[in-house]
Amino acid sequence: MTDTMTDTAAAPAAAEADAILRADKVTMRFGGLVANKDVDFIIPRGGIVSLIGPNGAGKTTFFNQLTGMLEPTSGDIRFEDQSIVGLTPHDIVELGIARTFQNIRLFGAMTVIANVMTGAHTRMKASWWASLLKLPAVREEEAAIRKRARELLRLVGLPRRYEEDWAKNLPYGDQRRLELARALASNPKLLLLDEPTAGMNPGETAQMTALVKRLRDELDLTVLLIEHDMKVVMGISERITVLDYGEVLAEGSPEQIRTNPRVVEAYLGKQATQQ
Amino acid sequence: MQPWMKRAAFLGLLGGFGALHVSLVGMVGTFQARDFISGIVTVGSVLPMLIAILVGWRAGILQRDTDVAPTPSRALASGAVAGAVVGLVLALLCVIILNVDVDWIFVNARPQLAEILLFGQGIGVGSIILIVGGALLGAAGAALNVVSGPVARTVTIAAIVTLLVSLMEPFLGAVFRNLSLNVVDDFLYDRGGLTPIGFVLVYALVAAGVYAWATRGDRARARVEAMPPDRQRNLKLGAYGVIVVLLLLLPLIVGQRLSEVVGTVGIYVLLGLGLNIVVGFAGLLDLGYVAFYAVGAYVTAVLTSPASPAFSPELPFWGALPFVIVAAAMVGLFVGAPVLRLRGDYLAIVTLGFGEIAREIFKSQWAQPVTGGAQGILSIPPPLPFDRDPQSIYYPILFFCILAAIGASSLAASRVGRAWNAMREDESVAEATGVNTTYYKLLAFGLGAAFGCVSGALFAAKIGVIFADSFNILVSINALALIILGGMGNIFGVVLGALVLVGLPEFLREFAEYRLLIYGAVLVIMMILRPEGLLPSRVRRAELHEDEGEDDAQYAAEAGEETGKPVVTT
Amino acid sequence: MPARRPIRIDAIKLILWTVGGGLILLALIGAVLTLGQGRISPSSWQNLVVAGIALGSVYALIALGYTLVYGILFMINFAHGEVFMWGAFSSWFMAAGLNEVGFMDSNPVFAFVLVLATAMLISMLVAVLLERIAYRPLRNAPRLVPLITAIGASLFLQYTARGFFGSGVRAFPGYNLFEGVIDLGFFRIDIDDMVVILAAIGLMLALYFFINQTRTGRAMRAVSEDKDVAAMMGINVDRIIVTTFAIGGLLAGSAAILYTLIFNQVHFFMGFLPGIKAFTAAVLGGIGNIIGAAIGGLILGILEQVGPNLFLTGYNIPSPNQLQDVIAFSVLVLVLIFRPSGLLGRKENV
Repeated sequence: MTDTMTDTAAAPAAAEADAILRADKVTMRFGGLVANKDVDFIIPRGGIVSLIGPNGAGKTTFFNQLTGMLEPTSGDIRFEDQSIVGLTPHDIVELGIARTFQNIRLFGAMTVIANVMTGAHTRMKASWWASLLKLPAVREEEAAIRKRARELLRLVGLPRRYEEDWAKNLPYGDQRRLELARALASNPKLLLLDEPTAGMNPGETAQMTALVKRLRDELDLTVLLIEHDMKVVMGISERITVLDYGEVLAEGSPEQIRTNPRVVEAYLGKQATQQ
Repeated sequence: MQPWMKRAAFLGLLGGFGALHVSLVGMVGTFQARDFISGIVTVGSVLPMLIAILVGWRAGILQRDTDVAPTPSRALASGAVAGAVVGLVLALLCVIILNVDVDWIFVNARPQLAEILLFGQGIGVGSIILIVGGALLGAAGAALNVVSGPVARTVTIAAIVTLLVSLMEPFLGAVFRNLSLNVVDDFLYDRGGLTPIGFVLVYALVAAGVYAWATRGDRARARVEAMPPDRQRNLKLGAYGVIVVLLLLLPLIVGQRLSEVVGTVGIYVLLGLGLNIVVGFAGLLDLGYVAFYAVGAYVTAVLTSPASPAFSPELPFWGALPFVIVAAAMVGLFVGAPVLRLRGDYLAIVTLGFGEIAREIFKSQWAQPVTGGAQGILSIPPPLPFDRDPQSIYYPILFFCILAAIGASSLAASRVGRAWNAMREDESVAEATGVNTTYYKLLAFGLGAAFGCVSGALFAAKIGVIFADSFNILVSINALALIILGGMGNIFGVVLGALVLVGLPEFLREFAEYRLLIYGAVLVIMMILRPEGLLPSRVRRAELHEDEGEDDAQYAAEAGEETGKPVVTT
Repeated sequence: MPARRPIRIDAIKLILWTVGGGLILLALIGAVLTLGQGRISPSSWQNLVVAGIALGSVYALIALGYTLVYGILFMINFAHGEVFMWGAFSSWFMAAGLNEVGFMDSNPVFAFVLVLATAMLISMLVAVLLERIAYRPLRNAPRLVPLITAIGASLFLQYTARGFFGSGVRAFPGYNLFEGVIDLGFFRIDIDDMVVILAAIGLMLALYFFINQTRTGRAMRAVSEDKDVAAMMGINVDRIIVTTFAIGGLLAGSAAILYTLIFNQVHFFMGFLPGIKAFTAAVLGGIGNIIGAAIGGLILGILEQVGPNLFLTGYNIPSPNQLQDVIAFSVLVLVLIFRPSGLLGRKENV
């Protein structure tokens, strides 16, 4: 990890200035259970930010609130200075937030290319009656999206011969790539990755890490990821937020997190001290 | 007993239960009236034989990893044992029937049944025939595993096709007579079955064709693939052209009486296409689909019939149609809205409830001033201003079927179709991918309703009379069974399903009696063995069509497969 | 543009609540009108309620089968109505046979027990076979697949019965054991209705104790919480599932006998409507919830008997009882609009 990266990300003032997403005192209660409590969270534009924490720390709950699958009990989430609380998931996708899932959730009985093209749903205009009549505009749009989907498949490194295979028949690592391509098809500004390297071997993990970085640079993305693999988190993130018992325990650069005694105690334990 | 024998005997026992079932349910007796090869064997006795062959085949599947049935000779032995057990079970049934009075429980367990099963022989000789014959048939079935793939396929397909040709005597015979080809009819058919010569001829022809395809089909396909893309396209257009011409001439070919049947099949194709949008594309299991059908029929009846009890504007069919479609969309939304948030299985039951509510209301005395109650509505005019003859009514039906098929296929390969499929695969992920699931569910219901209503309108105009009881749950089940048999999401599958499940029972009286029993079996067996249906969805290929302008050699080659492949996969 | 709050879904909710509320209002007004007219005497009302409770007990027993299976497999056993029908049919043969040889008259109590045992046994057998043949191979298939299979199995069982036993309606030989009326002056009840109600209560209590007090019952609850964990704890999940179907079958078989006590006939199509209504009852009470199924059954039975007369007579609708089933299904739709998890259900259940 280079010093420069740590320096830029560590300067909170700079990040504050151009935040793509801001969570303000987000609290989520399920009955008596508090899954998130007063979570303040900022994602700087163009950054790669990680959210870590032990199991049950409320990471996925928080993620689900960002994507509209859950509505926070209180607090506000602003994406590009606009509140997204109460919006439906598809509205949020339209605004420019896309996600992948921890346990890959592809449209299994659809082809690879159709999966990616579905990802572009919000970027298409064809109405049902225009599709029914197959108007010229619909055909053009369809062809353009197909072309775009192919580019994305190339970008994430899926061989072209897979295009017409059913998604569920793909090897595991390729399914992860496909899910990524589907998320990218909606032209997101913010990409949320839920454990993108779960279940991968070290080689695949390294490839995925490199891919995420490359995508960020090439597509002008901001990336938020939940990750368990400390190597990945430390190697990729510019900023890390640690959740514990639904609350923010620490926040800072990988270096700061690595040396933060509270984090080490609560979560990282031996693993971090060894590194 | 050795393990392979145990397994074979177990399979034989299962087959024996199957044979008991078809016997006691009355199928054997009913199909006894129809010859398979006239004077030699009836369809009734073919049924248990088929079971013996099937069980033999299953018992004789070569398995590498276990010691159950590893060698060819043991495969044959397994088949023989399994088949013999089937025969034994039937022989026992005969003994019971002949000695104990059981027909007060099983209405078909009469001496006549034993006589059929024992081939008219006494119990002693007959039992021996049953057991030995069962063993032979079982071994024959097992032999299918031993011989080479193409041979096995040829023998099987030829046998199935020949059986179908024999069964379709009422249909094909009528067609031949209608075309003044009495010679062919007399040559092939006799007393409702194939003549021995006809049997040999049909079997040989089909076998030759299948064998040629099995051994040289790849080459033919390769030749088509090697053609330049525009020639492939012409070939395809040519094929479609032939189909369209055939469809247009169909009523003239099949004659007056069978046009009626063809029309009914067409109405079910339309119904199936609509339900396919809801179930096959969007994955919403709607068991109340008949409600749309009923609304379409009633709106048409009320608006067009001079005998409509409430008010009779006596619109022509085409004038009523816009109202039908508007009513459809409204009912679709009305049914769709409450069930939006329900999961698959709840949705099924609630829609089923809606279907029943619709029928009960239409039938009730309360609604009588509008719907005619139990008396129904009479004298609904036909869509074309001719007499109500089945040949002319066929054309509007065909028109709507083609329209619906084109519409459904363009939707399938569009943004809308993908959104539906995504919803079917995983609703919450679809939502997280940007699909407004609420909107697309309602859209599926609305469009499905429109198809169903038009289908109902055509039904009313075709029959001329409607009663509430024609709109029961079985219509929904019928439509569901045919799309499942054909393959959910596939348009050709819907046509095939309608032909088999609606066409066959319409002209095969014997079949009609067991229609719903067979539907039930079809649903269970398809779901367990082949949930994607006989013709799996072609969404994949349809999308390839959109690919024009893309000059990737690989894709051109793949798209070329389209023309080369047979319509029916086996 | 997409920044607006999504009002569309709220609009749908609004429409639904309006329609649902409207229906309930209409029903209430109808009830007031009917009562105002006073055309139906108090004793008729009382008869209707008693009949409703008897019918509701039968629904409750069938509903338990749906609820038990749903609790464990999260599937609707659509063919459960047919399990009920097969029990009823088989018991007819037992009853007719016993009647033929005069056993029914000479030994009525024992004869009734025999008939009941036949129905329970056959229903259990059908339910277990159903699970083994049709459902088990599909345990991990997508949701729609087992449901469609269940619909197919339902048709198959129905028309197998038709093929085996014929399509006619067979009248049940009566048990003179249960003839007569108990008259307390202010309250009259047919003995057979009373038998139905008491038997149903007894069976439900037995089930309740079975589920809560026995080892197998606890294992069933464990499996319904989490199959994988239960398997890890050493519970044989397959066996528990078969047991569940068997219990559902036993209850359906006993429901079949009680049903024939009320209606005195069997027919191959007799499982369809009671099956659907029992499902409605299960949903009404909260599917997966045993007490809910019992309460749902009672409410539905009473609504079905009392409802048409109470809600519709006031509007001078001719032959309101023709619309009996409409009321039952409307209840289902209303429940799903207003309280999809049912009266006693947990919220995650739908």
